[in-house]
Amino acid sequence: MERNDIIAPENLVYKKPTLLNDTDMHYCPGCSHGVVHKLIAEVIEEMGIEEKAVGVSPVGCAVFAYKYIDIDWQEAAHGRAPAIATAIKRLWPDRLVFTYQGDGDLACIGTAETIHALNRGENIAIIFINNAIYGMTGGQMAPTTLMGMKTATCPYGRQADLHGYPLKITEIAATLEGTCFVSRQSVHSVAAIRKAKRAIRQAFENSVNRRGSSLVEIVSTCSSGWKKTPIEANQWMEEHMFEYYHLGDLKSI
Amino acid sequence: MAEEILLMKGNEAVAHAAIRCGCDGYFGYPITPQSEILETLAAEKPWETTGMVVLQAESEVASINMLYGGGGAGKRVMTSSSSPGVALMQEGLAYMAGAEIPGLIVNVQRGGPGLGTIQPSQGDYFQATRGGGNGDYYLIVLAPSSVQEMADFVDLSFELAFKYRIPVMMLSDGVIGQVMEKVVLPPFKPRRTEEEIIASCPWASTGRKAGRPINVITSLELQPEAMEKHNHHLQAKYDEIRKNEVRIEETMTDDADYLIVAFGSAARIAQKAIDDLRKEGIRVGLLRPITLWPFPYDRICELSTKVKGILTFEINAGQMVEDVRLAVEGRTPVTHYGKMGGIVPTPEEVIATLKDHFHITQ
Repeated sequence: MERNDIIAPENLVYKKPTLLNDTDMHYCPGCSHGVVHKLIAEVIEEMGIEEKAVGVSPVGCAVFAYKYIDIDWQEAAHGRAPAIATAIKRLWPDRLVFTYQGDGDLACIGTAETIHALNRGENIAIIFINNAIYGMTGGQMAPTTLMGMKTATCPYGRQADLHGYPLKITEIAATLEGTCFVSRQSVHSVAAIRKAKRAIRQAFENSVNRRGSSLVEIVSTCSSGWKKTPIEANQWMEEHMFEYYHLGDLKSI
Repeated sequence: MAEEILLMKGNEAVAHAAIRCGCDGYFGYPITPQSEILETLAAEKPWETTGMVVLQAESEVASINMLYGGGGAGKRVMTSSSSPGVALMQEGLAYMAGAEIPGLIVNVQRGGPGLGTIQPSQGDYFQATRGGGNGDYYLIVLAPSSVQEMADFVDLSFELAFKYRIPVMMLSDGVIGQVMEKVVLPPFKPRRTEEEIIASCPWASTGRKAGRPINVITSLELQPEAMEKHNHHLQAKYDEIRKNEVRIEETMTDDADYLIVAFGSAARIAQKAIDDLRKEGIRVGLLRPITLWPFPYDRICELSTKVKGILTFEINAGQMVEDVRLAVEGRTPVTHYGKMGGIVPTPEEVIATLKDHFHITQ
């Protein structure tokens, strides 16, 4: 059998979603962002709502999310994505409106916007990338940095007396009346990716069907910030991150 | 049918005008002395009539970012606040300016700095006319001096905001916001349909129709050459606005020996001062900038060659006077009179200052 026989169209079992364009991603090897981007593009395409999707990108590593997924976007000021999404969804009620935010953006500078958008039950979906570190600015402490974890701004490890405790904002979100779906997932294995995709789909359907607010946290790797190889980063995440940030649905109504 | 004349506060007039001129959404946070705007909208329930969204946000920071989102999606959106709240909005305003997002911000000014006072002031002139946030940008700034103008400037602001894709600030103050006056509300104008918005705002992030490139609302550009080009584009737009949109009102400037320059509520006080001075035979005229940016440099320059002196009267420590001096370039003496602690000066104080400073013995 020749190569061309093997790559014949009838043998095609997988292709990237067409919404994901061919622009080279700026993400580091081993980073979770690329996988989550692909899942978002796949879900929008499978739901057939390309023309009704509006994404809001954050300040952080995903600031350029709009360069990779071919839908309409707004790029938010640091932490303000849920406020921006609130207005878009209220003014265009039949749109899928989602934000894509990191831990510093969502759980630190944008805590007020996050909590209040979720508490109002805005019909938006929030995709929350938690890699416990500030990636874009070069590895500083995040609100979700684990105890003892070393970063550029806690070089001797996170200590409670100096830095307080890692924030479980997803658990807080699950207590809010406005949320209908709160889930914590990861994308470190094929099985995990499948579960994460189901969660993103659920969140996006909730937005379109105006069922309330959805938050999907993706516990993620940052091999550059963590100063590990991609494989080490995945192992470290499984050993340490999952112990504190338990995977699974926290709320689904 | 004859026009219906109503009696209401400036703040209430803004709310009614917004509903009538096809506003799609209001997002705001309570602060004195402008809370009647949100209260009136909440009482009127326009979401049941015109479909206008009204939302009390969690902060002024959230409010201005809701304007970013709504304006970026092509909708006519507005917020209102007072001085300390508007200070909180400056980040969002800079982002809106950079991303070229239309929107209306009503600032019913109170005294400062900081928490200051809830009494009227015009202390935010610099903040409003110099951009206020980071980077090289301007807002169009309209200064109403009556309840009628607070009503009329809502639609005008939206027209300008969408014509130039720029945030527009209506810089009112605690006097005009709180005083009750006669007003004729603008006629009803329907909200634009979704199809009309998509057609008239091809740049807006409304959801990408098959075949068109994606629309991205952003102020970010990491390539220095592209950032420079974007800034040149913004500056060219500001030049166009300077050329087309200067608005002023002149009273008795033709034969004036002295000129008073005042805006907003101060212009109303100056008007009374001028009337009294004319009765004494002192020929004083009033120039009232209606747009504070773009500022009427050319007309003030022209008048400066004809008068013996100019008094700039503001309810602040002297902010617009800097623009007046830039316009006058030393051709005639310029002085300033104002109060800062929330005290509204009287016409008598204006008259005394003018006579004293320019040695008018009449």
